[in-house]
Amino acid sequence: MMDAAVRELTYAQAIQEAMALAMEADERVLLMGEDIGVYGGAFQVTGDLIERFGPERVMDTPISELGGAGVAVGAAVTGLRPIFEFQFSDFAALAMEQIVNQAAKMRYMLGGAVSVPLVMRFPAGSGTGAAAQHSQSLEAWLGHVPGLKVIQPATPYDAKGMLLAAVADPDPVMIFEHKLLYKMKGPVPEGHYTVPIGTAEIRREGRDLTIVATSLMVHKALEAATALAAEGIDVEVVDLRTIRPMDKPTVVASVRKTSRLMCVYEGVKTLGVGAEVSAMVVESEAFDYLDAPIVRLGGAETPIPYNPELEKAAVPQVPGIIAAARDLVRGVR
Amino acid sequence: MARAGQSSPAAAAPGANQPFLYAHYSADQLREALRRMHLIRQFEEGAEQSYMRGFIHGTMHLSIGQEATAVGTCLPLTIEDQITSTHRGHGHSIAKGADVKRMFAEFFGKTTGYCGGRGGSMHIADVSVGNLGANGIVGGGIPIAVGAALSARRLKTGKVVVSFFGDGANNEGAFHEALNMASIWKLPVVFVCENNGYGMSTSTARSTAVANIADRAAAYAMPGVIVDGNSVGEVTEATHAAVARARAGDGPTLIEAKTYRYRGHSKSDRNRYRSKEEIEDWMSNRDPIVRFEAELKEFGVIDDAGIAAIREAVRAEIEAGIAFAKDSPAPEIADLERHVYTEPA
Repeated sequence: MMDAAVRELTYAQAIQEAMALAMEADERVLLMGEDIGVYGGAFQVTGDLIERFGPERVMDTPISELGGAGVAVGAAVTGLRPIFEFQFSDFAALAMEQIVNQAAKMRYMLGGAVSVPLVMRFPAGSGTGAAAQHSQSLEAWLGHVPGLKVIQPATPYDAKGMLLAAVADPDPVMIFEHKLLYKMKGPVPEGHYTVPIGTAEIRREGRDLTIVATSLMVHKALEAATALAAEGIDVEVVDLRTIRPMDKPTVVASVRKTSRLMCVYEGVKTLGVGAEVSAMVVESEAFDYLDAPIVRLGGAETPIPYNPELEKAAVPQVPGIIAAARDLVRGVR
Repeated sequence: MARAGQSSPAAAAPGANQPFLYAHYSADQLREALRRMHLIRQFEEGAEQSYMRGFIHGTMHLSIGQEATAVGTCLPLTIEDQITSTHRGHGHSIAKGADVKRMFAEFFGKTTGYCGGRGGSMHIADVSVGNLGANGIVGGGIPIAVGAALSARRLKTGKVVVSFFGDGANNEGAFHEALNMASIWKLPVVFVCENNGYGMSTSTARSTAVANIADRAAAYAMPGVIVDGNSVGEVTEATHAAVARARAGDGPTLIEAKTYRYRGHSKSDRNRYRSKEEIEDWMSNRDPIVRFEAELKEFGVIDDAGIAAIREAVRAEIEAGIAFAKDSPAPEIADLERHVYTEPA
């Protein structure tokens, strides 16, 4: 018997649906951000939600990232559940004070007297020709801060389920959404469901090599894995999904199985997510199972350039993943 | 009291006729206000002595000399109303109703402290009486107060939020962004700038382009009011009006309370940026507690015996608070990571 046709939504539509469900279910949920009202958001993620929920719950803020983030923190501590959209993740730099010094620490500093149920959404990543100040992948910055949870859903299904998990979470959750994923389509069930924060997902099972990837790089890794399968190289792709707290058991179990690890992520390679994944593995029992050095493919040590060919060269691409995986599995290093 | 843009009147002489305070507050309320001023001062003196004796580590920022602003601002507030406070926040905390026992315990780093020993002097909070917390970042609490005011409106709680900050914070971007948003959204928040003349060592004359910080209110289309921050009556009258305006839905007010801190910025301060004469002038001629006591006596609210009784009761409370802090248990090392995240129910 055929399954009922699975409904497909884009990643952006999945986020919008999650926000609408959260607002329908809970009067305390509200959206804040720059141009998220009648404009619909810089990437049309909020779209027409203002028509359903009105300007009091789909609040345009002035261009005031620091103050806006602080208002969201204050609202979260006093009973609301704000979902705050940054227009670009790069603008987090303008608001780091409130994110890092206030939201992340308030519960701890106050000895557990408050919680900060705040969700922040960060459109991130390169590939849009927007150059150095609108293309960064800064998730590792926030992943370094105790008190925050940091997630990077890679599929429409996870974008909806993890956002609903984030809204229900009592602590601040930072969501990094790759801009090139917004138009990607995938199956998304109707109604409310959650995907737990802190769990990785094995997207493809394999025997020869584990690739731990994040966000858009999950799809590039899967594409590379398909090509490598034709050469007889069987790649396991782990979608990390959450960078704080990281799902150590899933990653370690995968490396124990395959004995090889490659990390693929778009943020700058040095001191990035792959460094943490690598360290987590070599500190674990999986160290004894490693048959080869760990390989990291991360962003180049440069700001994101404008020229399209330079821009592509600044972050991992499928041919590079294939070549590196081939070398790693065949011991050419 | 003066509107921004006009020159500030000379500090009111002791005993000046200030009918508002006496018309709107009972003798019991006024005696309680005086008690809280003494409690703030003796708390800070007790904290300073405990620091000297090595019971408290780190640093602290004392507000001795600024008690009238803390108490006068909180007098028109209900216990439901909320405040955000600053690194110099002991006075705000006590004025809003905190228990000095738990404050001392926090300074001593004990589990019985307001923050379980996680916060110390710079993060004192008592959410149960509406204090959302002191803040180690200059200007950090201002947008948070605006957010709390947004909650008050959305959740229809009727609360008003007061954001305390110092003159230094008025040059932070957060000040500009927060006041603008509070004004465009007409939120129930009152911004109270305690201008003690110096951001650490840098005088407002050297740091701030306008003569009065309240002049900046014009840029946010809100009333800007200058008060003598060492006068309980002036501070209370201005705050009362601002709170009424906020509660009525008419939006925020910026109050600038001109005051002075007797102690240095923190424990590392050598006081090289101001003269001994300046400090002595404020201490001898404009002390807020001395002035308030003289006024209360003149209006027949209290007599010398009553004042002595308050001082003595406060002294006993401070002594008991320090003893409580000393006797309280230290946190378990095993609990280091507790409260980083909310524990699952």
